[in-house]
Amino acid sequence: MEKYTEVRWHGRAQQGIVTAAKILGETALAAGKYVQAFPEFGPERMGAPVRSYNRLSDEPIRVHCSVTSPNVVIIVDITLIAVLEADKALPSTTSGTDGDAVFMVNTNHSAERLRGELGVADSVKVFTLDASQISLDTIGRQMPNTPMLGALAKATGLVELDGLIENFKASYSKKYDEKVIAGNIEAMKRGFAELKGE
Amino acid sequence: MSAALKQKKVGLTGNSAVAYAMMQIDPDVVPAYPITPSTTIIEEFSSYHADGKVTGELITVESEHSAMSASVGAAAAGARVMTATSAQGLALMWEVLYIASGMRLPIIMPIVNRALSAPINIHCDHSDSMGARDSGWIQLYAETVQEAYDNTIMAVRIAEESDVLLPIMSCQDGFITSHAIECLELIEDKDVKDFVGEYVPKDTLLDVDNPVTMGAMALPEFYMEFKRDQSNAMTRAKDAVSKISAEFAETFGREYGLFESYKLDDADVAIVVLSSAAGTTKVAIDKLRAEGKKVGLLRPRLYRPWPHAEIAEALKNVKVVCVLDRADSMNDFGGPLFGDVRSALFDLDTAPKVFGRIFGLGGRDYKVVDAEGVIGELYKVLETGKIEQLNRYITI
Amino acid sequence: MTKNNTMPHGGTIKSGTAHDYSTGGWRKLRPILDRDKCIDCLICWVMCPDSAILTEDGKLTGFDMEHCKGCGVCAAECPDKIKAISMAVEEDL
Repeated sequence: MEKYTEVRWHGRAQQGIVTAAKILGETALAAGKYVQAFPEFGPERMGAPVRSYNRLSDEPIRVHCSVTSPNVVIIVDITLIAVLEADKALPSTTSGTDGDAVFMVNTNHSAERLRGELGVADSVKVFTLDASQISLDTIGRQMPNTPMLGALAKATGLVELDGLIENFKASYSKKYDEKVIAGNIEAMKRGFAELKGE
Repeated sequence: MSAALKQKKVGLTGNSAVAYAMMQIDPDVVPAYPITPSTTIIEEFSSYHADGKVTGELITVESEHSAMSASVGAAAAGARVMTATSAQGLALMWEVLYIASGMRLPIIMPIVNRALSAPINIHCDHSDSMGARDSGWIQLYAETVQEAYDNTIMAVRIAEESDVLLPIMSCQDGFITSHAIECLELIEDKDVKDFVGEYVPKDTLLDVDNPVTMGAMALPEFYMEFKRDQSNAMTRAKDAVSKISAEFAETFGREYGLFESYKLDDADVAIVVLSSAAGTTKVAIDKLRAEGKKVGLLRPRLYRPWPHAEIAEALKNVKVVCVLDRADSMNDFGGPLFGDVRSALFDLDTAPKVFGRIFGLGGRDYKVVDAEGVIGELYKVLETGKIEQLNRYITI
Repeated sequence: MTKNNTMPHGGTIKSGTAHDYSTGGWRKLRPILDRDKCIDCLICWVMCPDSAILTEDGKLTGFDMEHCKGCGVCAAECPDKIKAISMAVEEDL
């Protein structure tokens, strides 16, 4: 079987998880990995639960199916844990994960409390980050995706913080003004520094 | 093989890669009416157009019927023409598809495969381009983003080959590759331009010194001869695909054939499947090979014309074949690929047993475990010598 | 163009080939010109769907019977005060 790390992002439409998967994929690619980054498209309504995915590998990736057994789950909206648990049509945030999984949640609650809410085994790593507050401080609005990316670098080592910053500058310097770029970079750095958990 | 020309490794979605190829090809005319999931091809191409990175005309029309009609008009005027579409858009082009091929206009059309309504669905299956399989267009199907990009470039040469001159569809799977970022190597702009070359049309309506009539009538005494000529050109397209793919490999280092064989040499059983699902299938094959199962895969890249003799040769020593169709012919006799594969094998002295399975309609996920299930079925037929069900739906 | 040879590529045909195709045999009525009445206004030349009105130096000289289908447009369009063209029945001639 192919060896790769699979990442599943849970968010709501407009919270930037498709962009986050893109930045993660491109950053890993620049570091010499083989990557996939793809969204799960549904009706495009602001606030609707959406998912996006990454596969990262040292070898070419051939599979073309959705990620069902993620190694890393990133939840950028904590309310989705209960919403998806109740929704029979969509996978829950813990769906398909095993005892080695890593969870990262955007919340000001403790990792210990989140472990309980997720109902995952002791061997599972759970990290938390108040990404919403960081984005309000640095970017001026709720955009938790870039702090979560910085935190991901810290928690998993899948990519380097510097690589994320470089990719963000290269990809978005034309689209956004300097202030927005600087804010997002600060958000990534704070995400990296302020991640809590075990 | 000579050293491949320098290329740049990037991460792009399938649609971005195709739009990039279109920018590099810089066709004379692009009439377009975007439709999901092919929309971003035209969206990004129009950005290149607005930014002055292409010199051709972009015509925004009011429907896909108009997009193909304008393509026919522009191609008749002697232009190199590209457009792109999906699903209902391709269906609305229908009558004009036949006019493009009958008039022998080498229009190049990336297709992003999507299910046809009803029920309304925007996700991947092959019902759109499979419906157009008899329209006289050459059809290529890509497994990866890299191949979707490479096929777009090769399609130009295949369509415009002097003894072919037929329109071409370069297909990839909607969302699965069209909206997924994958690693690929981009060829330098200049090298793409050198490879596709200048298009010199055989005839042009704009040549006032040599006026011609195009699209004239041919009644029973001549119509059939025209169709025979067109059919012969389609036969020759197969060799053009081989020739141009070989030249592409020589120049850029990536090899493509009429179809891809994966671990087929010693295989007892094999799966035949198009496009992105082949990658997922290969992973399952590797897994079962490790358990000692002799499984192989054949992925047709060229579907029209149908390389029947080569495919029969490649599958002649296999004992059981399962053909996976991402479209149903709704005929009580399996999908279109099933019919074509089974027919190609009919004249073999010891033809493999062949059964068909319909999978992945409307974007239904096809996972490694689904491919393993198919391999399980193949082995059951191998062991019992009996096909219990000739055709049925899986991933359901 | 014969059936045994290949057809023109894509049905593209050189211009002017209609000239080689005789449609005169379709005719049941034939235009007859009264040269004394004709004022050479050439409205018939403009209106003829088969380019079958023959002229020389701006004067009407006759009809191209290889292509005239006998539709009578020329006779109908000839100005009311002139009426220099009449249609005769072919079999009576």
